[in-house]
Amino acid sequence: MANHTHVQNPKVDVQYRRKKNAEEMKHQIVSFTLMIFLTLIAFFAVGYEGFSAWFSVPFILLLAVVQVIFQLYYFMHMSHKGHELPALFLYGGVVVAFVTIWAFLTVVWI
Amino acid sequence: MHVEEKLTPETFPAEPEKATLEGKNKFLGFWFFLGGETVLFASLFATFLALRDSVANGPTAQELFKMPIVFLATMLLLTSSLTSVYAMHHMRNFDFKKMQLWLGITVLLGAGFLALEIYEFTEYVHEGFKFSTSAFSSSFYTLVGTHGGHVAFGLLWILTLMVRNAKRGLNLYNAPKFYVASLYWHFIDVVWVFIFTVVYLMGMVG
Repeated sequence: MANHTHVQNPKVDVQYRRKKNAEEMKHQIVSFTLMIFLTLIAFFAVGYEGFSAWFSVPFILLLAVVQVIFQLYYFMHMSHKGHELPALFLYGGVVVAFVTIWAFLTVVWI
Repeated sequence: MHVEEKLTPETFPAEPEKATLEGKNKFLGFWFFLGGETVLFASLFATFLALRDSVANGPTAQELFKMPIVFLATMLLLTSSLTSVYAMHHMRNFDFKKMQLWLGITVLLGAGFLALEIYEFTEYVHEGFKFSTSAFSSSFYTLVGTHGGHVAFGLLWILTLMVRNAKRGLNLYNAPKFYVASLYWHFIDVVWVFIFTVVYLMGMVG
């Protein structure tokens, strides 16, 4: 496959790409900071006596889902284009995951 | 671009992991595998959730789990996820040495996580919480142990890649391999987010 992406002056192209990579790395650090923050809130919500289980369980589950979205879309680059099939594979797995957990929590009696 | 092409920072493609057909295939195939891994862990989570109150006179989650060690393990694994992002950042910049350095840091943090988990499990066994103590203990060790096994496998995988390619440098043949290993590492972290939330934090809430 020929490489068509390069312009006439490859040095300029490299500088542009370095800059884009550096910008992306900044976004990654921001999402990492948010992930740490969400983790801290989750641990705090459980350690704090004032919250009842009715509040803290759904709350920490929500924080986990948000954190995983950051992980998938930023750290694993799912926000980039060319990730249509990966999204299909992953969400296919997530659908089966939900049905399995739902079944075990409702239909299965132990 | 061809696999054996001699590369310079100027000719190195923006997405080296997908510049060859083999790389594209690896990328897609690996995401398909991650879909399967999601189902594997879902079945283990479902079993755990169904059995987590069946303690059979053995220790309960509230008696057993301690927040500091779980918090420390979470921070180690979460940080190792960021360091592998740094490694891939340097891979795209065609900086092999820095990529190796950050992969090395990732491996160290992952090894720290694994050591903590082994310590935690031995403590539980000393407290009379063995694999066959209760349905809760079996489902706990199976779920968390399968994750720990993934961490151990991921560490060996990244280490093997680092050693095998140490003198080769970065090219379009091994860039997809590094990329896919980093995806695996992030996925391990994704699973851990649910483990620390569903198993440990929900266990401490009761």
